[in-house]
Amino acid sequence: MTQPFLIGKAMTGGYGKGPAILNDCTIAVNPGEIAVIVGPNGAGKSTAMKAVFGMLNLHSGRVLLDGEDITTLSPQERVVKGMGFVPQTHNIFTSMTVEENLEMGAFIRTDDFTDTLEQVYHLFPILKEKRRQPAGQLSGGQRQQVAVGRALMTKPKVLMLDEPTAGVSPIVMDELFDRIIEVARTGLPVLMVEQNARQALEIADRAYVLVTGANAHTGTGKELLADPEVRRSFLGG
Amino acid sequence: MDLLNAFVALANFVLIPGLAYGSQLALGALGVTLVYGILRFSNFAHGDTMAFGTMAVILITWWFQSIGIHLGPLPTALLALPFGIAITAAVMIFTDRTVYRFYRKKKSDPVILVMVSLGVMFIMNGVVRFIIGPDDQSFADGERFLISARTFKQMTGLQEALAIRTSTAITVVTAVLVVAVLFWFLNKTRTGKSMRAFSDNEDLALLSGINPERVVIVTWLIVAALTTIAGTLYGLDKSFKPFTYFQLLLPFFAAAIVGGLGNPVGAIAGGFVIAFSEVTVTYAWKKVATYTLPESMAPDGLLQLLSTDYKFAVSFGILLIVLLFKPTGLFQGKSV
Amino acid sequence: MNDTLKNTLLFAGIAVLIIGTGFVQSWNSALLILNMGLISAIMALGVNLQWGFAGLFNTGIMGFVALGGLASVLVAARPVPEAWPGPAFQAVGGLLMGAATIGLAILAWRRLDKGRTRGLAVLAILLIGFFAFRAVFDAAVTVIEANNPASAGNIGGLGLPILLSWPLGGVLAAGAAWIIGKTALGLRSDYLAIATLGIAEIIIAILKNEDWLARGVKNIIGLPRPWPVPLEVELQQDPAFLERAAGLGLDPTTASTLWVKLLYAVLFAIVLAIIFWLAERARHSPWGRMMRAIRDNEVAAEAMGKDVKRRHLQVFILGSAVCGIAGAMMTSMDGQLTPTSYQPLRFTFLIWVMVIIGGSGNNLGSVLGGFLIWFLWVQVEPLGIGLMNLITSGLGDGALKSHLIDSAAHMRLFTMGILLLLVLRFSPRGLIPEK
Repeated sequence: MTQPFLIGKAMTGGYGKGPAILNDCTIAVNPGEIAVIVGPNGAGKSTAMKAVFGMLNLHSGRVLLDGEDITTLSPQERVVKGMGFVPQTHNIFTSMTVEENLEMGAFIRTDDFTDTLEQVYHLFPILKEKRRQPAGQLSGGQRQQVAVGRALMTKPKVLMLDEPTAGVSPIVMDELFDRIIEVARTGLPVLMVEQNARQALEIADRAYVLVTGANAHTGTGKELLADPEVRRSFLGG
Repeated sequence: MDLLNAFVALANFVLIPGLAYGSQLALGALGVTLVYGILRFSNFAHGDTMAFGTMAVILITWWFQSIGIHLGPLPTALLALPFGIAITAAVMIFTDRTVYRFYRKKKSDPVILVMVSLGVMFIMNGVVRFIIGPDDQSFADGERFLISARTFKQMTGLQEALAIRTSTAITVVTAVLVVAVLFWFLNKTRTGKSMRAFSDNEDLALLSGINPERVVIVTWLIVAALTTIAGTLYGLDKSFKPFTYFQLLLPFFAAAIVGGLGNPVGAIAGGFVIAFSEVTVTYAWKKVATYTLPESMAPDGLLQLLSTDYKFAVSFGILLIVLLFKPTGLFQGKSV
Repeated sequence: MNDTLKNTLLFAGIAVLIIGTGFVQSWNSALLILNMGLISAIMALGVNLQWGFAGLFNTGIMGFVALGGLASVLVAARPVPEAWPGPAFQAVGGLLMGAATIGLAILAWRRLDKGRTRGLAVLAILLIGFFAFRAVFDAAVTVIEANNPASAGNIGGLGLPILLSWPLGGVLAAGAAWIIGKTALGLRSDYLAIATLGIAEIIIAILKNEDWLARGVKNIIGLPRPWPVPLEVELQQDPAFLERAAGLGLDPTTASTLWVKLLYAVLFAIVLAIIFWLAERARHSPWGRMMRAIRDNEVAAEAMGKDVKRRHLQVFILGSAVCGIAGAMMTSMDGQLTPTSYQPLRFTFLIWVMVIIGGSGNNLGSVLGGFLIWFLWVQVEPLGIGLMNLITSGLGDGALKSHLIDSAAHMRLFTMGILLLLVLRFSPRGLIPEK
């Protein structure tokens, strides 16, 4: 089997010196795919993603990006390596304009990023319209678009989203998912944690159901949606 | 004619001094607010840093004067200013490396950093008094007036005079220039934007690859420039005395809080709010009233709301009102 | 080494320093250091209540201390019959009118519905109140200040025993603390610091400028001694005292000054002991435990239904009152009130150095810090000058040398700053850490 593009292999670890929250958990994603992490509250979904991003102390396990071992790198160094991360909250600069937010996303780039800016505006037309407005004045869905756009500005090799649809209305959620699919179609691997399991599984090429920090079920989104045990224990029928 | 006289008196004693004082406060409050926004603590050493910077400028000015370098009608201090800023900047970077950085890395509580700034305040204060002494120092030279009272009266034939001192004009012009450059820097340059980003959301700034240490150093450089300029302008316009500079801490903080801590636009607005309140409340309105009111209503008293000795009470009163009614300030500063 | 032994050694060290001063310099200096050390220890205890117990950052200690001093004057100074009771009551009445105006404005603000009417009503109350206050008050002040300005010109004191002013000083300081606490508590910790910094400056400005109150910068001198401390001249005329002095081989002047200072020391030590005992009781009481719980985790305490703001207000008032008491004691010992002597570095920030170096949160630490830092504050000056003489001894006489020697006195500010930074960095819990 070939190595996936990004993989967190058999990760065990927790915050600081605290107890392990993840137990031998494996998460992976390949180009063109949307990988989704779902699971009940407190299952360690966000923790698993933070582990891949280096915000957790791993007791064992490794993280590989494009074949390179990045287990010991700090989150900042991983950004330079090509990981784009969108935190769940506080993920925009509220006092800065939309365009400035995007510029800050490209801070580590030394080349001309006007092309990327146009791509992001093309993907999220509303942002172009509001590019001179302070991002803090936008609606919840628009803010999430700014946040995703900011992460895309580094031209990442992989995009990681921590509950991008938390606190937005169902209509906005559908729209956001559409955009995420569009991003994935460009060939960019997308790894995302979702609270809305059913909708997330519908768009997932690869899905992980976590229970108490361990892999409970793995498969494509369709497979898991069809899996009676997943339905019974987790999707409520 | 009387109305014109009244207006001239008002301009001479309220508007122009308020404008100059407001500019000085705005520059000082900008320093306070930048440190608060980026380093996230109230810097109690700010007044004494200002005294230090001004002292550096004064010493260099004296040296220039002694070797015969002058700026013609302008005060020699302007020529010494860049050197004073450089010295102050060096001292502030040194202080950050040796003192503040340790607590920043440890992510100490802001109140601990405030304590630490008390220690820095003591040291700065001791150094300034040791080098230049605790007394008043004068270092202004060049033309004293742009328009003297007599010229104005001859020109206009009015009873009241509008005297514009060189130092006042320099203060206002410099402040406008400095503020323009600062806002250009913060809003248009990459480094400036990264400072705003860092102040807005530290974690996200780190995720975006902004180097916090670089942001901090740039902040101290700007603060060094702002304080030294503010202190020199204040010293030229009024006089230099280390203790007075320490006391300016209160109006600075009041201005920064009134505008909204961490918000540069707010600091400027706050500076002028405090300055004009102070000047209007402590001004004796008798003269203006005599010109504007009919003779029968001419006032007996000075019509002064508060004696100038209580100017701090004005800063303080405004501060209390803001804390009570709008703790985030007029321009939405950081959280309370 | 256990704690008791360590603490005993630390205090023994202080004793050695003070007694050493007695042998090397003079017993008079040693007793002066001891007395101010006792007062400093009380101030440090007050600040420790606020900072150590509750994490409140008060930078207005100077103001509370000065209010204590004002209390001494108002209680014990010689009455001025010309100002009493008419003009004095009128002045106080004017002030009360001013206070009532503010109270009424606050009431109107709270009771009236939001809108333009409310704003106008409050503004009207404030304006009318202000002019009424100025009319009544200014008239009284003119009368009071016109009376014999060379020696009086103020409302005078009540001529009561000065000991009464010690608790009253506490009450005055508590009143000021209540006003500040009501507005600035519950906001960020730095806001309290800035507000208290302001109130202290204003209190000093009032003391300097309101001549009718305590003669402003003309000072009030010759306050009576607290019981049982006699005047030196009385002792020098007392045959029994002279005989005892001769028995110890002391001349009457030295003996009388030492005896007076010794009596002060005993008096202050008693007050310190009482306040220390109370502070320790408070620390170990449920109230003290709750206070520290709030300090360590305000959010959790609030979630458990503790009224954090109210508790903070209590402890803020108590701590300020202790500073007020110390201020009254200090003015009683000096026998005079000199508003210009109140400097924030000396009366606010130095006390902070004491608390932090002694050990925030530990009462014993504050007492130790009070003595130690006061000793250093007094002794660093001559030491600095001595050191500078030594350093510059190779230098030829000239402007530089005399400047360096003249400025050496300012080295103590520098020393305090370095000490504070060193302790904060390497021993942030102080000499006697909180348990």
